[in-house]
Amino acid sequence: MIELLRQYWPNFLYSDGFNTSGLAITLWLLVVSIVAGFVLAVPLAIARASRNPWLSRPVWVYTYVFRGTPLYVQLLLIYTGIYSLHFVHYNAVLGDFFRSAMNCTLLAFALNECAYATEIFAGAIRETSYGEIEAAQAYGMSKTKVYTRIILPSALRRALPSYSNEVILMLHATTLAFTATVPDILKVARDANSATYMTFQAYGIAAALYASIVFALIWAFRRVETRVLAYLKPQGH
Amino acid sequence: MDFQGFGPLLLAGTWETIKLAVLSLGAAFLLGLAGAAAKLSPNRALSRIGTMYTTLIRAVPDLVLMLLLFYSIQIWLNDATDMMGMDQIDIDPFVAGVITLGFIYGAYFTETFRGAFLAVPRGQIEAGFAYGMSSARVFTRILFPQMMRFALPGIGNNWQVLVKATALVSIIGLADVVKAAQDAGKATQSFFFFTLVTGAIYLAITTVSNLALHRLEKRYSTGVRRAAL
Amino acid sequence: MKKLALCVALALAAGGAYAKDWSTIRFGTDASYAPFESKATDGKLVGFDIDLGNEICKRLNAKCVWVEQDFDGMIPGLKAKKFDGALSALTITPQREQQIAFTTKLYNTPTRLVAKQGSPLQPTVAALQGKSVGVEQGSIQETYAKENWAPKGVNVIPYQNQDQVYLDLQSGRLDAALQDEVQANLGFLKTPRGTGFAFAGPQIPTGAAAIGLRKEDADLKAKIDKTIADMIKDGTYKKIESKYFDFDVYGG
Repeated sequence: MIELLRQYWPNFLYSDGFNTSGLAITLWLLVVSIVAGFVLAVPLAIARASRNPWLSRPVWVYTYVFRGTPLYVQLLLIYTGIYSLHFVHYNAVLGDFFRSAMNCTLLAFALNECAYATEIFAGAIRETSYGEIEAAQAYGMSKTKVYTRIILPSALRRALPSYSNEVILMLHATTLAFTATVPDILKVARDANSATYMTFQAYGIAAALYASIVFALIWAFRRVETRVLAYLKPQGH
Repeated sequence: MDFQGFGPLLLAGTWETIKLAVLSLGAAFLLGLAGAAAKLSPNRALSRIGTMYTTLIRAVPDLVLMLLLFYSIQIWLNDATDMMGMDQIDIDPFVAGVITLGFIYGAYFTETFRGAFLAVPRGQIEAGFAYGMSSARVFTRILFPQMMRFALPGIGNNWQVLVKATALVSIIGLADVVKAAQDAGKATQSFFFFTLVTGAIYLAITTVSNLALHRLEKRYSTGVRRAAL
Repeated sequence: MKKLALCVALALAAGGAYAKDWSTIRFGTDASYAPFESKATDGKLVGFDIDLGNEICKRLNAKCVWVEQDFDGMIPGLKAKKFDGALSALTITPQREQQIAFTTKLYNTPTRLVAKQGSPLQPTVAALQGKSVGVEQGSIQETYAKENWAPKGVNVIPYQNQDQVYLDLQSGRLDAALQDEVQANLGFLKTPRGTGFAFAGPQIPTGAAAIGLRKEDADLKAKIDKTIADMIKDGTYKKIESKYFDFDVYGG
């Protein structure tokens, strides 16, 4: 184990000598897919929770398909499938984009994360207390104001526990990146296993790394929850 | 829709996937009940083990656990049988897949059942004991039927996640529907088409499961008054 | 949990325990390497290695069981006793010989680079500078490329199996692919998916392949070695070989 660690610790953490690899890549994948997913999910969630079927139905189809199929299949589709299509391959912009393994992986992860986040946020928006919305409308607030001042802040707060769970699941999902040749922690573990045949140690180190990230995430989210959901805490006297 | 002769292979792969998912569900269900019982037990040691179990699964990604367990299970079993002087017992990839998925999703079910057990009003359990019912009777007649109602949404959720996780077993070599589609796509050069077909198959499984779960929820909720909104 | 494991173990013991009298031999193989081992449309395993393995089993009066395994998991799988022999175009290398034993040679495994037809690429650092070369994870080609090319600025990308290398070569993500020459010729260039591709540069001699065995199974090694020698002597090897190759793949 020590031997393995000594030889492979740079690979696991940031670089294998030629490319970035390991923890650095995993964190990059996580952050980009979470942020991109979040940014897209807020407007989509508003559409999903809307009473207008022309808005909510298309979004429903999107979330249904992306939550109903495995991320692995989505990744295969975007990485191998789309690039093999003639019009993508020979188009300058699209071809360049899909040629890069990292881009394909980020796109697949972001779309998947966005689908789950959209459903979580839509559920939270629907649970907004009707009295608050009525009061806002009584005050003469425009629709945009109602959303940005009243609905979204409280919905995002309510969504925090489910959303933090989703972020952790997204971290678990980043382990698929190696199938698209992106060198994340699991890929380094497989390389180490290939070279030294110390299966348990190689994957054990990877497991330990992932566990540390999860605990860090849980700690961070708990801190945010204490602040943001402070109003739910039992009030002492 | 022309499958170019790969129809039977895809069908066989789909059947493997469904078998794997259902058997893993069974294993995870039983493990979940055991885990929830452990976590809720007054015995400190048991509840600690339960917590460590769920924390481990939450902290380590399924794919890493699958790869870890896939070889390790066989090696440990070999060591065990060698120690006992027995002939080597072989675990084929399918059984390894079931054990691994069952182990991982047992933790998810532990959380679901723990919440469901806690949701059953204590008064009913106490009344059962007051009537002189044995622990087993209380469980089967009072606790379990009512707990199922609370657990169903969670079970449904976990089932959906489990079905999608079966796609990962192709990475450890099991011949499931994803592998079948890859073989087909590679041989016929229409990779995009066959991957879409795989997605459609999973979507079909998801849809059927949704409908079945909806029916089950309706059945277990008979007699519960819903507020008229 | 323990009870469940015990029940499962007992159930499996009733089902399939393999004795050491070698009445059943399990071979592990990675079926992404035509013509040595690949999958037919009906899902059956076919190829030169498959035929050799079946013939060996026949001569040893044993039942042949084929276990599919990704190439980079071949040696861990062998050590975990998932199968008894690794028959998958496994080249003999000093590194591998530290972990497992090998039978006598089955055939040569020269390496060659494949790229788009008319490409000026050569298997040298100068020509491949800055280009992407695909290799199969766990193969000697991966070791070769990582040792000789990667440190000097060539982008070496390992894949889970050879098919994925070809997929990305076809799609244009890779500039070249490095693998066994015979496999590339018959399993890719001479097939429809290999149109528009050709060998780039000369062959790199990289040893020979044999069946990988666990070090403690010396009796199995003795049996298989003798069987291979018999097959070569009485012409069966040549007969099987001619089904797949029109040249001498055994080499000197």
